[in-house]
Amino acid sequence: MISFTVNGKKRNYKGPPFKRLIDVLREDFGLTGTKEGCGEGECGACTVLVDGKPVTSCLIPVCQMAGRKIETVESLGKPERLNPLQKSFEEHAGAQCGFCTPGILMTASRLKETDAESVRIGLAGHLCRCTGYMHIVESVTKAPNPLQERRTSALRRRRVLARRGKQR
Amino acid sequence: MRGAPRGMIVLRPESAGEAVSLFAENPSAKPLAGGTDYMVLWNMGEANGQSVIDLSGVREWRSIRKTAAGLSIGALVTHAELRDDPVVRREFPLLAQAAAMVGAEQIQNRGTLGGNIANASPAGDTFPALAVYEATVKTVSRKGDRGLPFLQTFSGVKKTSLEPGELISAIDIPYLPKRPYRQLFRKVGTRAAMAISKTVAAALIWLERDRTVRELRFALGSMAPTVRRLKAAEELVKGKRLTPELAAKACELLSQDVSPIDDIRSTAEYRLHVSQNLLSDFLLS
Repeated sequence: MISFTVNGKKRNYKGPPFKRLIDVLREDFGLTGTKEGCGEGECGACTVLVDGKPVTSCLIPVCQMAGRKIETVESLGKPERLNPLQKSFEEHAGAQCGFCTPGILMTASRLKETDAESVRIGLAGHLCRCTGYMHIVESVTKAPNPLQERRTSALRRRRVLARRGKQR
Repeated sequence: MRGAPRGMIVLRPESAGEAVSLFAENPSAKPLAGGTDYMVLWNMGEANGQSVIDLSGVREWRSIRKTAAGLSIGALVTHAELRDDPVVRREFPLLAQAAAMVGAEQIQNRGTLGGNIANASPAGDTFPALAVYEATVKTVSRKGDRGLPFLQTFSGVKKTSLEPGELISAIDIPYLPKRPYRQLFRKVGTRAAMAISKTVAAALIWLERDRTVRELRFALGSMAPTVRRLKAAEELVKGKRLTPELAAKACELLSQDVSPIDDIRSTAEYRLHVSQNLLSDFLLS
């Protein structure tokens, strides 16, 4: 038996240990948000987070997931209650056919820097055959970045404190 | 065809010692690290029915350690960890840059340095950097430990000189005696990400006070069955001043150490031409 968590839920897997993570997620746990594109780790469609890091789930045998924390697109928002990143994709037309979108959302949700240049580098491991990428990049740059906001507000706080220090 | 999980035999050691024992008892089993190469083959149905030693439970080989002589990088350290490690970035920037160019974020988070070496692709992006840093590949088997000079680790396309039952435990890199005057890492591929290199270069150069060359180290990947140091060019420039004439001569000598081929990614002619430009630019910039 192999134990790990998926979207915060403890899961025990009892099937063959060399089944791919993507197949376990889709077939054993019914999490069909994760898509398989190329099956070679080139297109990024099957990207999920393992311990917070984006990885291609088509290249991972599930035996390597013991004790790991796995997050899929289902962890972000619900159709009736999208998370801010998903909302931004909706507003800026970041998805067309939508097949590459779940993977891109997972990688984008972990980007520390979300200026256009950083987004292009950060999402380089994803292929999209519809959008031409412009709208995807825009969707990410215009979305609130929880990872960065935490840091900039800390920076701002430090700056304000420094200024106050000078005034005294 | 597809990979069939039911036919696979998976061995899951939880320590380095256990991994060595299991490999000794199952010499035909395939050691599996990050799986970023093996799983591609497996998905195509080309590795069905194999035995696999899953090394993901071996903690001992996952860290980067400082030693008196340099860094000892555990075989299971990922490219993302190399890319982000402050000591690697400071002391061995070419390796950090190379790691940042392997695949993309998702592959860097999974693929390991030891796995990359064991896979022995002629196009391994970290190999030119490890060649100019003169790394040693540390291995372990039932017969004991040994260290292989990096260039001698490869015996051909996708072939290593590792013996049956031998696993890579770490890659040791000695600190450079002196800061190089100039250094270069450059990957030339079709796409900015996920591309397999047409040519990939790493280089270090030191000059004497009088501006003559003390030492040049220049390595190329994707230009021969295995990564190559440009011995002839390195020897030629030693003790000389860097002039356009000297650089031109060095470029002529380049083909003594490499043998590029035509394949789906590029042509021999293009590879040679670009590599000569990289060498010339490096010597004269």
